[in-house]
Amino acid sequence: MTSALISIFIVAVFIENFVLNKILGLCPFIGVSNKLDSAVGMGTAVTFVMLMAGVTTWAIQAFILVPFKLEYLQTISFILVIAALVQFVEMVVKKTAPALYQALGVFLPLITTNCAVLGVALLNIKKGYGLVESAVNSFGGGIGFFFALILMAGIRERLDVSEIPTTMKGPPIAFITAGLLAIAFMGFSGLV
Amino acid sequence: MTMMQQLTKGFWKENPIFVISLGLCPTIAVSSSMTNAIGMGIAATFVLIGSNLFISLMRSIVPDKIRIPVFIVVIATFVTIIDKLIAAFSPALSASLGIFIPLIVVNCIILGRAEAFACKNGPVDSILDAIGMGTGFTLALLLIAFFRELLGEGKLFGHVIPFFSSDPALIMIMAPGGFIIFGLLIALKRHMDSKGA
Repeated sequence: MTSALISIFIVAVFIENFVLNKILGLCPFIGVSNKLDSAVGMGTAVTFVMLMAGVTTWAIQAFILVPFKLEYLQTISFILVIAALVQFVEMVVKKTAPALYQALGVFLPLITTNCAVLGVALLNIKKGYGLVESAVNSFGGGIGFFFALILMAGIRERLDVSEIPTTMKGPPIAFITAGLLAIAFMGFSGLV
Repeated sequence: MTMMQQLTKGFWKENPIFVISLGLCPTIAVSSSMTNAIGMGIAATFVLIGSNLFISLMRSIVPDKIRIPVFIVVIATFVTIIDKLIAAFSPALSASLGIFIPLIVVNCIILGRAEAFACKNGPVDSILDAIGMGTGFTLALLLIAFFRELLGEGKLFGHVIPFFSSDPALIMIMAPGGFIIFGLLIALKRHMDSKGA
């Protein structure tokens, strides 16, 4: 049981990395990877929301949608739950940790439209995971996102001071860098 | 702005992918073959037309504060419709697009157009805008898919192309190829724009 969970975690973080392998959550990956501090904040917030969303949507699917045969409402209900969850997280963070709230700023509400969050919820259902497996997979996916974001931010801070042709500056070079990172991550396949 | 301009601005000048850089996840994820690109493009255009029309019609009765949740519910409804339609009429396409069909809900192009255009303009203009943006999205997907399928598999729409098929670079249809081709294409677009200006 434990070893199966560990393998789900490792697959989610490295082999099927949400950003570099499954290509989910690109907007924040390119948009927020300019600076290392904001990348850390965004990564933490997304990891937390992904874990919460993975567990909540699993519960909704298992206890509401399936028993009442409402599976066709999956997309609508999941996105509403995620939007509500992000609002809730925003309120809690604002009350309990005002400093963190300041640091995350606009990134918090934007998590609703991060496709990694809805993506992990749908993938958990699709793969037929139970509650614990869903939680581990969601958390692993979040950590993978965090990891990719930090790597990218570190590289982009170096890119800023290097000489790049004008047309390649900003997003173009960021995508090519992401491509090279993705090739590096392909080296993890076969790990489990 | 004339109706024609309203329609064609999305094709190139304000192309949602290459200029505004919205909706990147499905762009790179499903552009590994031309067939997938067309399927995704049509699905997204359908959702865009439906949501733009309805949001434009509702724009005066929806209170400003709750507009985003309302938009999301409208969009999610159309996504569910197209999801079920594709699953019923083309199971193969449904299988190869996978979770990227439900993920149209969080495609920033659709919410972006609702927020930036449909909630401020009339229904006719909104439909034209949706058709233009949807076509621009489809064209961008096809352009990326053209290079990826040709270089990665030596095929176009599944048909074998001689010369390219002898030793294809498999990496191009995988995630890294998508990132690299996309990066090169936006660099090219910028280069052409800077020459033209």
